[in-house]
Amino acid sequence: MADNVETSRPSRADEVRAFITRTPFAQEMGLQCEVMGDEMTMIMPYQEKLIGNFMIKAIHGGAIAAFLEVTSQAQVFLVTEHLLRPPRPINLTIDYLRQGHAKDLYARAEITKMGRRMCSVRAEAWQDERAKPVTTLMAHFMVAGD
Amino acid sequence: MTDDPTSSPEPWEVMAENIDMISGGIPWGRRMAFRFTRIEKGHVWGLQPWKERLVGDPDTGVIHGGVLTAFLDNLSGTAASSALPKPRFVATLDLRLDYMRPADKGRDIIGEAECYHVTRNICFTRAWAYHESRDKVIATAAGAFAINKPRSVDSMRTM
Repeated sequence: MADNVETSRPSRADEVRAFITRTPFAQEMGLQCEVMGDEMTMIMPYQEKLIGNFMIKAIHGGAIAAFLEVTSQAQVFLVTEHLLRPPRPINLTIDYLRQGHAKDLYARAEITKMGRRMCSVRAEAWQDERAKPVTTLMAHFMVAGD
Repeated sequence: MTDDPTSSPEPWEVMAENIDMISGGIPWGRRMAFRFTRIEKGHVWGLQPWKERLVGDPDTGVIHGGVLTAFLDNLSGTAASSALPKPRFVATLDLRLDYMRPADKGRDIIGEAECYHVTRNICFTRAWAYHESRDKVIATAAGAFAINKPRSVDSMRTM
């Protein structure tokens, strides 16, 4: 990329990808991310270990919540160039809307308000239809410089 | 337990008897390696060990917040089930987590959840995660759980 020629610093997109590959817990969940400019889609491929209920073959709610938390953390990190490391969450609220079936999950996060110290984010995870989210999350992150 | 052999035990008594099965029966629960340590009516305790694979920040070795979310979600749901007079599954409607301070690297986390109110359809819970005591919490959670259709006591043994 043209704007990367003058500096050897990795792009923020590379740093977000590195965050996912370097973080043991993101690897444990098998997360993959696709960065497109300032947007990003996170993917959690279906794996047997994500099951929370054998009888109905549903993905564990805690795994989906963690997936959304990493997604929003990565999205905030993607657009906060001044942060040296991924932002820390202050709090979050999870809404479980539908069952997570035994198939891949996708998630996207959107920043509702970027402040100087705090940032407000919404994220949703879906499977077959984006319009039918499985779980949504609302979170606040600290974005004050390190 | 009651001495009367004809009366069936309350759900929390069955859960307390089968506490190891409740902990080990779920694949994601096994990966997270948490377990329940004590179950009373509407109040449960558990342990989330520190594991390398659960680290959320490789530079500090601190466990990822998502681990605590899953841990407190599970404890809260179990506290909700244990508060009910009849065996019922509960499903998380929503859960709010507040992160007070990072957990220490390499240290186990104690979790505690209580169900403080039950209506016909909903259980309300709160939960805490800490190293030593509730005076110095790592995270707190507030949850609401929907009470599902009836099921047999036997099905709880393999939950």
